[in-house]
Order: sequence, then C-alpha cells, then structure tokens
Amino acid sequence: MIRAGHISKSFGGRQVLTDISAVFEPGKTNLIIGKSGSGKTVFLKCLVGLLEVDEGEIYYDNVLFTGLDFRGRKELRKQMGMLFQGSALFDSMTVEENVRFPLDMFTNMSYDEKLERVNFCLDRVNIVNSNSLFPSELSGGMKKRVAIARAIALKPRFLFCDEPNSGLDPKTSIVIDELIREITVELNMTTIVNTHDMNSVMENGEKIIFIEEGAKCWEGNRNEILKSDCRILNDFVFANALARQLKDSSK
Amino acid sequence: MFRFLSGFGSYWMLLGRVFAKPEKHSIYYRQTMKELVSLGLRSIGIVTIISFFMGAVITLQTAYNTENPIYPTYLIGLGARDSIILEFSSTIVALILAGKVGSNIASEIGTMRVTEQIDALELMGVNSASYIILPKVVAAVLFNPFLTLISIITGIMGGWIVGTSAGVITSQEYIYGIQYAFIPYYITYSLIKTVVFAFIITTVSAHQGYNVDGGSLEVGRASTKAVVYSSVTILLFNVILTQLLLS
Repeated sequence: MIRAGHISKSFGGRQVLTDISAVFEPGKTNLIIGKSGSGKTVFLKCLVGLLEVDEGEIYYDNVLFTGLDFRGRKELRKQMGMLFQGSALFDSMTVEENVRFPLDMFTNMSYDEKLERVNFCLDRVNIVNSNSLFPSELSGGMKKRVAIARAIALKPRFLFCDEPNSGLDPKTSIVIDELIREITVELNMTTIVNTHDMNSVMENGEKIIFIEEGAKCWEGNRNEILKSDCRILNDFVFANALARQLKDSSK
Repeated sequence: MFRFLSGFGSYWMLLGRVFAKPEKHSIYYRQTMKELVSLGLRSIGIVTIISFFMGAVITLQTAYNTENPIYPTYLIGLGARDSIILEFSSTIVALILAGKVGSNIASEIGTMRVTEQIDALELMGVNSASYIILPKVVAAVLFNPFLTLISIITGIMGGWIVGTSAGVITSQEYIYGIQYAFIPYYITYSLIKTVVFAFIITTVSAHQGYNVDGGSLEVGRASTKAVVYSSVTILLFNVILTQLLLS
C-alpha cells in the first residue's frame, strides 16, 4: 500500500501540486487521471522520489519514504518498477540485456538463472525471439512490453506506469492495459497508472483519482465515474458525444 | 556570476556522486572495458592522422623559420621534437579530443536524460551518475596517455618523412636532432598533463550532459557547451600545470 498525505510541489514559485492526499491499494490498478499539464506526472515522480516534495508525506506500507536518506530510498527502490512514457529502454543494450540489467545489478544469480528469469518475463509480456534486438528495432508497443518485462524482473511490490498507452494504437493499448492488470493481480503489486486514456479508465479503473490543476478533484472507481455529478470530471471524461451517450445510458 | 557559482557547485556535487562506492564492481569493470573501446581505441585514428600532419607542418615551419647558416640544421628535429612532446601531443590533442570525445559524452548522457533512461536507473536504485560517468573517466584517464605516446611517435615520424621528402633536412640530421639534449622528464610532464586533461574532458562534458533539461535542442546546446567549457578549462590548467611542473 502507498499512502500520500498532503503533497504539495512547486517549481520556481509556480504551484504544480496542492495538498494531494491519496491511498493506493495493493493488488489493484490505481489510476491517476487528468488532462495534460494537470500535474499527473509530477505527482507520480514525487511518489517515486524522482522529484522532492515541498510538503507532505509518502508512506510505502509503514515506511516513511520522504523521511528516508539516499541509502534507505535506494533499498526501497529495489522493490519498485516503473514503465516510463517513452519506455526508457537503454539504447546501447539489447532486449535481453535491458531486462537482465536489474538482475545483474542487484542479484547474485548465475547467468543461466538470470536468462531463465529474463525469458520468463519476456514470455509473460508476449515478446518471443527478440532477445538480441536493440530498442531502435522495436515497435512502440514492443518497447512498452519490454519495459514492463524489465520493470517486473525483480518481482517488485510497487509498479508505476506513466502514460503506458501514449503513442499506441487502440488495440495495442488494450493489450498493454490487460497486461498491467494481469501482472498486478499475479504479483499482488500496488500499481499506479497515469493516464488520460478513457478506455484504460473504464477497463482498469479499480481506483481512480482525478487531478485538475494540481489538486485532487475527485476519487472513486469506474462504476462511480459514470454516476458522478462532478462537472469538471464529466467535462474531461465525457468530452466526446459517444462518451456522453454512454453516461446518459448508464443513468 | 551566480550561474557560474551554481554550475561550479553542481559540478562538484556530481563528482561526489560519481566517485561514490560502485554497486557492483563486475558491472563497472565491464562498462569500463566498453568505454575503453568507445573513447580510447576509436580515437586512435584521428589522433594518428592529425599528429602525423601536425608533426610534418611543425618540421616544415621550423625549417623555413630557421634558414640561417648560424643555426645547425639538426635544430629542426630538436625543435619539432620539443614542440610535439611539450605542447602538441598533450594540449592540442586534448583540445581535439574535447571536440570528439567531449561532445560524444555530453550528447550521449544528455539523450539518456531527456529519454528518461537516467530516471529509470535512479528508480531501480542505481547511482546513475557513478554508473554512467565513472567508467568514462577511468577509461579516458587510463587510455589517453597511450594516445599521447602514439601522437608523439606519429608526430615525430610525420616530421621525419615530410621533412626529408621536402628536402629541408636530411634523415641523419633529423634523427640526430630528435636525440640531441633530450630530457626524459618532458615525457612525464606531457603524460601528467594528459591525465589531468582526460579527467577534465570527461567530467566537464558529463556534467553538461547530465544536467540537460528539455529536449533535443538542449542536448545540442549541452554538447556545444561541453566542448567550449572543456577547452577553456584545458587551456587554463595548461598554464597552471606548466608553471607547477616546469618552473
């Protein structure tokens, strides 16, 4: 479980996050939604410690993450995996080396054991016969899947995904969404996904937090979102005619 | 002034992270071997070509500027030797490498920054500064003295081949000149400078790349800044080291 309390963050006098509190539960796909520039990515980066919060506290289970020193955070980060918006695969490494990297760095497994784990992770994300390819030779969807394989190589307890569907076609987006949902349940991870993809919201939204202009505006799940009276949320989620019809039919 | 002090401070803070204890020595060793090839072996070609022609030009210019019966001809070889050892093979080659290796380091690390690869390393719990930069520093500091020795040899050979071919000096006089009044300490002085310059090129360029904020435009700017700042720092330290080592 991840618990964020009263998180605020500003850049050079510009307030980006204001007093956000939220609880993200294990075994669930927790979504952070909001329009571009609303502060979703900053919030996610604050949660993982890539950005320092100005105010507030972040707990991983019962460990106060914001109170940890560099070494303490380093240890905790070994339990985290993250899927970045641009995949962030290492250009100079092959697919196999990318997935093997955390195993090389933090385990004393033999080469064969590492290879077995790499192949298991790649197989889990449906990447086969691509071990020797470089990231530049992969499609956008394959890059995302390899990045997921790398993120789960060390069997993390916390998974963070920043816009996992950006730049992908609708069908591939669904595949990625399903994959994230499945591995979250399999590994009983606390998964947090930043997205503004409405299909993801409806498919994966077991817990949803809506951020507007750096502040938490609404909290609920995919069923509650259809019945919400929050005008700003409805303007965002049901922006097109088809979505509005869906909402009207659900009433 | 504030920007200069801020940049200077962040440079030293970055160095503090670079020289922290490595997570896993075997991985750092492997990375260092890769960097030896990338930064060292792949620079041999350009260093050899430039040194050969610079040695040739130094010899020809020395010959044309000492056309006086009072000066013995072998002084051309002596002049070329000392110019190459004392200044050319250490300082000028370092400036050339600041352009080649420095821009390469800054753009590579800058691209890693803007494509979130550095964030990915940090998130895994890896000291990204140390993992990315330390192998480059070690590789350059270890290999650049060899580049300097190669430069000295090819520079002197270039002077010999072109000098004798152009008829400004005979082979015997040139060889006598390069052996005459040779001070071995000059080699040591050149190698010490090379090691310091290698450290400057890698760390200054890495600092520029590591702190890129933005996109591809900023990566290009960082690459240019890396070359300019490395070159200026090399020239500054050239004066300091010459005063310290030769006075």
